[in-house]
Amino acid sequence: MTTTTSLILRTGARVLMPLLLLFGVFLLLRGHNAPGGGFAGGLVVAAAYILHFFAFGLDAARRALLTRPERLIGSGLLLAVGSGILPVLFGRPFLTSLWFDPASGIGTPMLFDLGVFLVVIGVVLIMAFTLAEE
Amino acid sequence: MNALVLPIALPLFTAAVLLLAPSRPLLQRWISFAGACVLAIAAVLVFVRVERDGILVLQLGGWPAPFGITLVADVLSAMLVVATAVVGLAVTLSSFSGVDPRREGFGYHGLIHVLLMGVSGAFLTGDLFNLYVWFEVMLVASFVLMALHRTRAQLEAAFKYVALNLIASSLFLTTLGLLYGGTGALNMAELATILPARENTAYETILAMLFLTAFGIKAAMFPLFFWLPASYHTPPAAVGAIFAGLLTKVGVYSMIRVFTLLFPGDPAMLYTLLLAQAGCTMIVGLVGALAQQDFRRILSFNLVGHLGYTTVGVALGTSAAMAGSIFYILHHIAAITNLYLISGIFLRLRHTTSLPELGSIFRERPLVAILAAIPVFSLAGVPPLSGFIGKLALVRGAFGAGAWWTGGIILAVSLLTLLSMARLWSESFWKTAPHEDKSRLPGVILLPIAFLSAITVAMTVAAGPLYQLAMKTSDQLLNPALYIDAVLKGGPQP
Repeated sequence: MTTTTSLILRTGARVLMPLLLLFGVFLLLRGHNAPGGGFAGGLVVAAAYILHFFAFGLDAARRALLTRPERLIGSGLLLAVGSGILPVLFGRPFLTSLWFDPASGIGTPMLFDLGVFLVVIGVVLIMAFTLAEE
Repeated sequence: MNALVLPIALPLFTAAVLLLAPSRPLLQRWISFAGACVLAIAAVLVFVRVERDGILVLQLGGWPAPFGITLVADVLSAMLVVATAVVGLAVTLSSFSGVDPRREGFGYHGLIHVLLMGVSGAFLTGDLFNLYVWFEVMLVASFVLMALHRTRAQLEAAFKYVALNLIASSLFLTTLGLLYGGTGALNMAELATILPARENTAYETILAMLFLTAFGIKAAMFPLFFWLPASYHTPPAAVGAIFAGLLTKVGVYSMIRVFTLLFPGDPAMLYTLLLAQAGCTMIVGLVGALAQQDFRRILSFNLVGHLGYTTVGVALGTSAAMAGSIFYILHHIAAITNLYLISGIFLRLRHTTSLPELGSIFRERPLVAILAAIPVFSLAGVPPLSGFIGKLALVRGAFGAGAWWTGGIILAVSLLTLLSMARLWSESFWKTAPHEDKSRLPGVILLPIAFLSAITVAMTVAAGPLYQLAMKTSDQLLNPALYIDAVLKGGPQP
């Protein structure tokens, strides 16, 4: 596969990949008070890996992910459930927002968003990789 | 009252653990089964607390009622959550006798738990839009479960199933838009204070008809039931069992919940139509069952027919009829889930469920036959099993409400059910099979069947208390003020 893709695509992908990953994380963090969030960020990160796959092939993209997409979904779901359970431990209703420091935006909603982020990456990449294998 | 979230959070947690755990089949099956056990404990816990303290309410995220999403458990919800957990236990237990390896590789166990989460969520939510979301969770999981194997027949069935259910979902969503536009509310308790107080105009009638159509498709009522017999006989036995046991019941539950809260007693047209639909569903389902030559197709048509029974209660709106329907729902969940699991034995022994190929079970495997006899004859309504008690309660309810036609149809359809089940029994268990079968049956395949048969027997033995419970449920349903107060005014909080 590597031999069939163009030099321009490969060079472009090498430059774009870290930018896209950073942009994804930026969207995730920005989502607290502005447009963005885990879903959009997750899509951007997944797009980065799909670009990597176009340029360097499926195996390279799987290696670059460092883990299986199923695990991303699993840990994302655990994080999201965990962010709901956390307030229960403090005797509040399930899913109540708890803030470490409201101004910084660090709290259970961020944990939930991080869960969404991981689930979206996992789901999109499972779909993309499975389609690539067919 | 955070315990209310457990029947939703636990299956999600189990599904996440299943995704993270190594994909060794035996390990996955144990995790899945353990998750179902914990879910069952949580469901019973919720039920016991509802029994003791009355309607339980949880305002998610601490947002008070009409603004946030509310989880509500009255006796009906709690009972159905327990039934969900029981079906979950049986289905996860059945995976020990073998799941197709390709299916297991593609996250079969996790999907079962996502499905259980969707069903519990639908039973517990007090918000109509949230109900729609749980429908979607349930449907997405069931779409995948149905099509996972990718044989030609399954893909064809999945296509029909997906298409019809998507139409129902979009209708439901359209209705919600219309409802929100007209009332500004989606919380069921708040809607119950707005809609019945208004004068009945075309707007209310349209809403009622749209709900009837959307839930009618989900619950496989006449004339919108045809997707069910076209698809439920294709997935493996365990998947068929969980679908048959739970999915249509969610449609029926939604009808009961929405109609008793939003449209109590009028528009009258809604209830006339619903009663006619229930009657037609019973007749068409059972006549259809008589024409079939396949074990699972007969079950599908029986399932459709008996859904008529479960909606007679809400259509008549009297306490006795409603109690009969609720009793029947509980009986039917246990019996039909069991029968679909039993079809798995035939698939294992003969690789088909076509009636002419079956037989000889009674002579060669008496234990299987005895265990299977309980759900078969319970569904047929042979005294003293739970099906008979349910039908008796329904007939009494119907005659008590002066619905002679409906009572007559219930009686006639009971006869047809008896006929169809007798034929099923003699063809698949009694007669001599055309071919010898030499395959061995793993003993573990009988465990979930024995479990559900024991539940059916328990329902028969404890029919008195169970009927009392059904009466209590129907009184609660027919007095929406209890529900409204619990959600909006805090009610009897523990």
